[in-house]
Amino acid sequence: MNIGWYLVVSAFVFCIGAAGVLTRRNPIVILLCLELMLNAANLALIAFSRMWGNAQGQIFALIVIVVAACEVAVGLGLIVAIYRRRLPIDVDELRELQG
Amino acid sequence: MAAVLFFIAGIGVIAGAVAVVALRNPFYSVLGLVAHLLSLAALFLLLRAEFVAAAQVIVYAGAVMVLYVFVVSYVGLQDEPWRGSRVSSGGATLKAGATLFCGALLVELCIALLGSGLKAIDSRGAGYVPGFGSPTQIGDLLLTKFLFVFEVASFLLLIAAVGAVVLARRRGGLHDEEWTVSVASLLRSPTLGSMAEAVGTTMATPSRGAPGEPAPETGHGRGEPFPWTHRGGGQREPGPGTEAGGSAGEGGQHPGARERGDHREEGGW
Repeated sequence: MNIGWYLVVSAFVFCIGAAGVLTRRNPIVILLCLELMLNAANLALIAFSRMWGNAQGQIFALIVIVVAACEVAVGLGLIVAIYRRRLPIDVDELRELQG
Repeated sequence: MAAVLFFIAGIGVIAGAVAVVALRNPFYSVLGLVAHLLSLAALFLLLRAEFVAAAQVIVYAGAVMVLYVFVVSYVGLQDEPWRGSRVSSGGATLKAGATLFCGALLVELCIALLGSGLKAIDSRGAGYVPGFGSPTQIGDLLLTKFLFVFEVASFLLLIAAVGAVVLARRRGGLHDEEWTVSVASLLRSPTLGSMAEAVGTTMATPSRGAPGEPAPETGHGRGEPFPWTHRGGGQREPGPGTEAGGSAGEGGQHPGARERGDHREEGGW
């Protein structure tokens, strides 16, 4: 398959993830949709790496995986802290900083 | 053959992503993401990225998804209501606008990708050399050219682990039942339930040695034998147990005093 088709799949996944971040209200699902967007970026990076025959794009994708794992750990810790304080797990109601 | 595999994996990737966004139960969303990740690993294999595919399956579908499943089952499986209890009045409008925006973004990206004049995008990529994307090549790059990135990534993982533990730690003093527990632990006997009580050295030591006599082997001053003993007794109610711990804290008192200090910190939180 041509490289362009992989990029089209990547664009699909990115847009689905962006739509999820913008429309869902559960912070866990929002984290999942962030994962979707990062995975779309990973797929594009690896497709370009294949296009050039250069493995440095795969290193980039691995680092993105590491950063995503860190983000998940901190984000889930925040969700657990929110739950322990008996706050609603809903990003529309957690708006004390809105002023 | 590769085209068939690509279409199967691509449909799996997009269907998993749609399942993550569309399902109302967060647990099913997590399962949808697992399916998405496995299909994505197949796409990575088609792109000759063997090591990244393996890392994707092990790290993402193995470790991170387990973390998600644990948090979802800890927080509770609340289905998101379709409407109601919505604080912002324009929620439906915002949702429709967001969906429209993402559809426009998708159309724009597809036009940019498929209509671009780049020759390389319409090719199958560079010729395959044996060893491309293998663990040997990845490790070679990570330990020579990208060594600094490698070290920074390890440091970032350390920071994230510490941050997650600090964030998800149990904090007392905010919830009623935990506050009750900590008050009770302040009012009861300082060594009750500690390891020193089990060993039995707490009550026996002050009476065994002479109370006013300084122990010859300790080099500490008389007034403050151990700093943690003094701090532990300072905020407690002045009782006979505290006095005995403060005045005759030498000799065999060492494990008991340390146990009390830890105990008080735990009660304060």
